[in-house]
Amino acid sequence: MEKTIKINGREISFTNERNLLEVIRKAGIELPTFCYHSELSVYGACRMCLVEDERGRIMAACSTPPRPGMSIKTHTERLVRQRRVTLELLLANHDRECTSCVKSGSCRLQELARILGIKNIRFGQKKGRLPIDDSSPAIVRDPNKCILCGDCVRMCEEIQGIGVIGFAYRGSEARVTPPFNKNISEVNCVDCGQCAAVCPTGAITVASHMEKVWNALYDPAKTVVAQIAPAVRVSLGEEFGLKPGAVTSGKIIGALKKMGFDMVFDTCFAADLTAVEESHEFLERLSGKKRLPQFTSCCPAWVKYVELNYPDFKDNLSSCRSPQQMFGSVMKGIYAKKLGIDPEEIFVVSIMPCTAKKAEAQREEFSKGGIPDVDAVLTTQEMARMVREAGIIFDEVEEMPFDMPMGFATGGGLIFGGGEGVATAVIRTLGREPVFRTHGEGGQIKTAEIEYDGKIIKTAAVSGLNNAKKLLEAIRAGKEYYDLVEVMACSGGCVGGGGQPQPNTSDARESRKKGLLGSEKLMQLKSPAENPIIKDLYRDHLYSPGSEKAHEMLHTTYRNRKRIDGEICFSEDIKKAGKVSVKVCVGTCCYLSGAYELFSALKEIANEEKFKDRIELSATFCLENCAKSPCVMVDDTIIGKATVEKVIDEVIKRF
Amino acid sequence: MTENISCRNFEKVNDILEKYDYRPSNLISILQEVQEIYRYLPEEILTYISTAMGIAPARVFGVATFYENFSLEPKGKNVIKVCNGTACHVRKSDKILSTVRETLNLKNGAKTTDDMLFTLETVSCLGACGLAPVVVVNDRVYGNMTPEKVVQLINEIMEGSRNDQDS
Repeated sequence: MEKTIKINGREISFTNERNLLEVIRKAGIELPTFCYHSELSVYGACRMCLVEDERGRIMAACSTPPRPGMSIKTHTERLVRQRRVTLELLLANHDRECTSCVKSGSCRLQELARILGIKNIRFGQKKGRLPIDDSSPAIVRDPNKCILCGDCVRMCEEIQGIGVIGFAYRGSEARVTPPFNKNISEVNCVDCGQCAAVCPTGAITVASHMEKVWNALYDPAKTVVAQIAPAVRVSLGEEFGLKPGAVTSGKIIGALKKMGFDMVFDTCFAADLTAVEESHEFLERLSGKKRLPQFTSCCPAWVKYVELNYPDFKDNLSSCRSPQQMFGSVMKGIYAKKLGIDPEEIFVVSIMPCTAKKAEAQREEFSKGGIPDVDAVLTTQEMARMVREAGIIFDEVEEMPFDMPMGFATGGGLIFGGGEGVATAVIRTLGREPVFRTHGEGGQIKTAEIEYDGKIIKTAAVSGLNNAKKLLEAIRAGKEYYDLVEVMACSGGCVGGGGQPQPNTSDARESRKKGLLGSEKLMQLKSPAENPIIKDLYRDHLYSPGSEKAHEMLHTTYRNRKRIDGEICFSEDIKKAGKVSVKVCVGTCCYLSGAYELFSALKEIANEEKFKDRIELSATFCLENCAKSPCVMVDDTIIGKATVEKVIDEVIKRF
Repeated sequence: MTENISCRNFEKVNDILEKYDYRPSNLISILQEVQEIYRYLPEEILTYISTAMGIAPARVFGVATFYENFSLEPKGKNVIKVCNGTACHVRKSDKILSTVRETLNLKNGAKTTDDMLFTLETVSCLGACGLAPVVVVNDRVYGNMTPEKVVQLINEIMEGSRNDQDS
């Protein structure tokens, strides 16, 4: 039997909608919300979606399941008044310097204040301002603009599985902050920017490189070069009224030229190069059965996630640089010479869907003699803002083609921007076409098997770091086995990046990916191995995939990272006479590799007659040797992969 | 924060975690017991607890800052709690609070004196409303307080600690 409820007197049928809000919106009625996102858990905090039932009871539509026979109203006088008061209270605590806020124009709070007709705020402003945290290369936090909807907190915890920020304190003191009020750069943030993507106000925004880029454009001595990531061409149009997925590469290039860029190239070209290098590396590992599964390394947020949380998988990451960095390296290292321009005078700007790319470009591995390979990274949103600043009418921009040679790409490079794209391109380079199917519960992991050289190669692709975490745990536990694994930190891959236009919903992500795949169908060459420009590049400069030169220019190394600043606490005290100091590291990695069991065992031994009063045993945090955990420091020697025997041997040496 | 975690206390923390089975729902009880060891919740220990229990440090920090009972800063030797519940409030506990602050020279919201002798806290109702306004010093209840009486009380404690040092 059909289930129905009455909304504002109208009979509306529903099936498996999870809450009243979904039914109401399906009925074509818009209820305002701050804290509701279909991908996240229901929080019910913002009190904007209030509805009233026939008995006059008020409830939040987002957290009330629909029951057949219910009769609710959505816009009674009482509800409208209630919503206005709530909004007024939110605004009272809010920094209302709207005109100078980067979020102005796309701010949900501003929008709702307008829609609900807030004219004056009767409550006084909160005293005292909290400091702005601009320590991160990717995001800027301004707690004075936070309305405590918790979207960022749930995004980081539920979708990304990290939980960098959380609620702290209570009542009027409540705020969203990293642990111990540290700066974002001091904790385990991977720079994915998904918090900024869901923030309804200007409380979390993307760190801007616009000024840097304008300065370079205004500088006549600089040759300013752009590279455009695949995911940008299917989303930038949204900022100018087009549907998600509409392909606008020609117009983007035209607009960039109008803004004064000297050359505009395609990151897809560099993605082809990445696929060629990465597939070569993959075959090497496959034949040696070493460091498998090979993890893709195109996503800088994922790379940082591994460095922070899974140092034991660090060597499994492909050593290939990401397309952005390969482009920068080839541009300044090879192409600059061809053009006869000093690399110092070339300014490389990447236009990316991503906030983590800003952090990646600043990694010291990607600078030579103090000159970064990529000078500035603009997100899709920043690009749109610059188009407007330049007075360019996007609709009317004449379409232009990419500059050559680095403007030529194959379909393999183009699909890097959507989920499974990198794995597909790598396999395609080997001359096979993988067909990905959803695998396991929830369909969050996609897998494909291909036959190669008489063997079956198993590949998996996953997006969203919480999904990646589950996959890693399964691999570590031996429950799953793969040869090649693609991980993208943001749900849906780069098309859903933290710098993409808002709303960055799963529907928008899906449409953008469709746009990429549609555009790929029109491309003549599909396999990165067929790219003629890349063949030339190897012939003239890099010799062959995996060559020494290729390693120098296109590969990188990874490092250990502490999760929280201040985890180290070496004791400064003077060594007690005659005692050997034994410090067991109980930092995250060491703890998980059994540091406490080791500590307990050492404790027992230290109490034995032979060692009594000769060992000073203590625990310490993070010796920054995480890949070799558990670690123990005996006096000033660090023992990696420590065992009781190893430690005792080292101690005895000192007696 | 250059202090190593002493071996004895570190074992105690682990015993507590063990006792509560590392279960996230027991976090509050764990923090309470850990606070008993250190008289506050050191940052490193909170990080360690979050690692051991598999909870994000931000969440542990959130719980530790939500409850008035937890302190993230070392507490002084004597803890003075001034009740600011309804009954005490209407009987002018605010005056007592400001007097204590003045007497102890606690400025800008500082809770603990520089000499680590006193920590001042406010509590919301101790359930001794008949004695309002109430002050609790080191778990001993003092009822019907006045600003004069509280100054006297503080002086007595200071005196006592001076004598302790002398002897």
